[in-house]
Amino acid sequence: MDKITVEKLDLFYGSFQALKEITLNIPANEITALIGPSGCGKSTLLKSLNRMNDLVEGCRIEGSIRLDREDIYGDMDVNLLRKRVGMVFQKPNPFPMSIYDNIAFGPRTHGIRSKAKLDNIVERSLRDAAIWDEVKDRLKKPALGMSGGQQQRLCIARALAVAPEVLLMDEPTSALDPISTAKVEELAMELKKQYTIVIVTHNMQQAVRISDKTAFFLLGEMIEFGETEKIFSMPENKKTEDYITGRFG
Amino acid sequence: MINWKEKLMKVVFLAAACVSIAAVVLICIFLFVNGVPAISEIGVFRFLFGTKWKPANHLYGIWPMIVGSVYVTAGALLAGVPVGILTAVYMARFCPRWLYRIMKSSISLMAGIPSVVYGFFGLVVLVPFIRETFGGRGMSVLTASVLLGLMILPTIISVSETSIQAVPQSYYEGGLALGASHERSVFYTVLPAAKSGIFAGVVLGMGRAVGETMAVMMVAGNQAVIPRNLTAGVRTLTTNIVMEMGYSTDLHREALIGTAVVLFLFILIINLSLSMLKRKEKE
Amino acid sequence: MKSAIIQKWKGYKNDPKSFGLFSAVFLAMLITMTALLFVIVYILVKGVPHLTPDLFAAKYTSENVSLMPALINTLLMTALSLLFAVPVGIEAAIYLTEYAKHGNKLVVLVGRTAETLSGIPSIVYGLFGALFFVKYLGFGLSLLSGALTLSIMILPLIMRTTEEALRAVPDSYREGSFGLGAGKLRTVFRIVLPCAVPGILSGVTLGIGRIVGESAALLFTAGTVAEPAISIFDSARTLSVHMYSISGEGLYIEQTYATAVVLLIVVIAINALSDYIAKKFFK
Repeated sequence: MDKITVEKLDLFYGSFQALKEITLNIPANEITALIGPSGCGKSTLLKSLNRMNDLVEGCRIEGSIRLDREDIYGDMDVNLLRKRVGMVFQKPNPFPMSIYDNIAFGPRTHGIRSKAKLDNIVERSLRDAAIWDEVKDRLKKPALGMSGGQQQRLCIARALAVAPEVLLMDEPTSALDPISTAKVEELAMELKKQYTIVIVTHNMQQAVRISDKTAFFLLGEMIEFGETEKIFSMPENKKTEDYITGRFG
Repeated sequence: MINWKEKLMKVVFLAAACVSIAAVVLICIFLFVNGVPAISEIGVFRFLFGTKWKPANHLYGIWPMIVGSVYVTAGALLAGVPVGILTAVYMARFCPRWLYRIMKSSISLMAGIPSVVYGFFGLVVLVPFIRETFGGRGMSVLTASVLLGLMILPTIISVSETSIQAVPQSYYEGGLALGASHERSVFYTVLPAAKSGIFAGVVLGMGRAVGETMAVMMVAGNQAVIPRNLTAGVRTLTTNIVMEMGYSTDLHREALIGTAVVLFLFILIINLSLSMLKRKEKE
Repeated sequence: MKSAIIQKWKGYKNDPKSFGLFSAVFLAMLITMTALLFVIVYILVKGVPHLTPDLFAAKYTSENVSLMPALINTLLMTALSLLFAVPVGIEAAIYLTEYAKHGNKLVVLVGRTAETLSGIPSIVYGLFGALFFVKYLGFGLSLLSGALTLSIMILPLIMRTTEEALRAVPDSYREGSFGLGAGKLRTVFRIVLPCAVPGILSGVTLGIGRIVGESAALLFTAGTVAEPAISIFDSARTLSVHMYSISGEGLYIEQTYATAVVLLIVVIAINALSDYIAKKFFK
């Protein structure tokens, strides 16, 4: 069952074409990894899945992206889209407010006002992000006082709080130490039971460790897409092989 | 529903952004509409270069005030610029940390003291001092210049200091590496690099001096004649307006607005050269 | 430590020019600081003994020369001016930073006009206010006319400081908020604006300083009535205007000193407040 289908997607920044005819089906309840050297378009693709690219001036899109068969660049309300497709950023970006308010920001945005409900959501999201035990006694403390790894898991909890269907992760561990990285990876594996996850990563071991499907990008084109195991053991394309064996990038 | 609110607020923000444009347009319209007819009725040449300002006799020449403004501003720059720039150099490159903090807040306090307080200080301290030291009545070009020099100090200091701080450390180190002393490095490598920023500070200070009203009025004597020497009284464009606006009518009133038009043009020229300087600095 | 100083002096012996340069900047610093200190101490010494209870009587008479009505009017004038200028200034800055596209012509135009506004002398604002608010719109010499005039005057200041504060908010906060499905308005008001509050506050305190110190722009817009304004259409003199009025009358020199003290204290308090805000939030 495919959660997201990308069809013949072209994306331009002004006159520069950043993505060329991408066609890709992202299956539900699996982790799909997007890999490739810097500037290959993997982050760009990720950001077009919840229309964060709208914020970039001069960005233009052709082709279609469907979420449950519904065109996300059609009539869909962009804010509701982003509620359904959550995002975790490269650098942890908690808001300068308390831990509680960080988590509650999303639900409040979408109209939940009742204190009991919010309390409930905050606890559940923090538990789901496996950080509840560490922060339950200091929910009212500023989020910026936490360590980098905790901040990133807080950001994941924050994304979960709006009950998304898809979770986009843009190199979520690139700013973290190995122990925090392991925790985030473990968390991602756990989360895929409930959510569809798309992760951009620079780290090929990470892709091997956690993803079910892998897509390899080069210069705005998708070179190869398939089962992670297969991509890393016997890639069909020569370029993929060169990349994963470390011959360039 | 939400979209409707977003669109409405965007229009509100846009309207707010346009307020400053509207303000400039309105100021121009109201000054020019009220001032220019009077100037043409009096005659542009006779208005600008007439040396007699005697509203009772329908003589409206503002040349003495133009000269007065130029004198007083030049005097203020002479008094304020050297001290201001050198103080900025001290703050940026010679100052111990503890003193720097004190000076920084002192300078901003100096900028915050109201002009009436400066004016009153000038009246009770500078005026008698100048009268006893240099003769005359004490209310003079010299008094106004010194007082204005003091008042424009914070402007010159803070702008210059910022631009000196912005010079890359490598310039200074380059000077030191050639065996120059700290002082020489600062004056011969850092200062030239901060030139245009310092100049912008001076021009900004000049704008302040041209536009200052109350303090000048309290110490300058305000005679509407071209001063013959430094201890003679002087009237500037700004004080001409504020002195007589209260009781003027008809052409007299419009001639005062015409004075404001001339003042406004002066300021526009200063502003224009300032923004040109700023653009030059960016490049 | 001691030997370093000795070494420094030895260096100066071989290099008199460096010593000259150092003396120059040190002297300039002394002049600046002494001048400021002299103004403040002189006013305080002369004024504090005259801070009598009479001066703070509820009603102004020509015997007590009470500054209380003027003090109340200053508060009213400040509040009313901020009420106009702060929302418009913040909204304009929001448009410029959050909505306008990069290289937008309107942004450039707004920037230029704001620059122009901040260079216009207060007497020109006063004249404009007298022509536009007092006469054309028929608000008369009133608190309202004065406050509207002042709000245009401080608008560029509020706009600029808010704009800087908004630009300093990291984009990652905006992305985070959009990523959760928050709209533009919610992102601006709940995430971006709260982060910018300290910067905005420091701009507002500077604006308050300008309002409190202003006199030339108020003479012909708010007038000089020495009673607390009951309605916004009442004429009302602020503390600065009050001080100017009584300083001209020779009879009230002592009271003028005392009024100057009160003005100075207000200004020093405002400066301390803005220093405090700066220290607390920008470490």
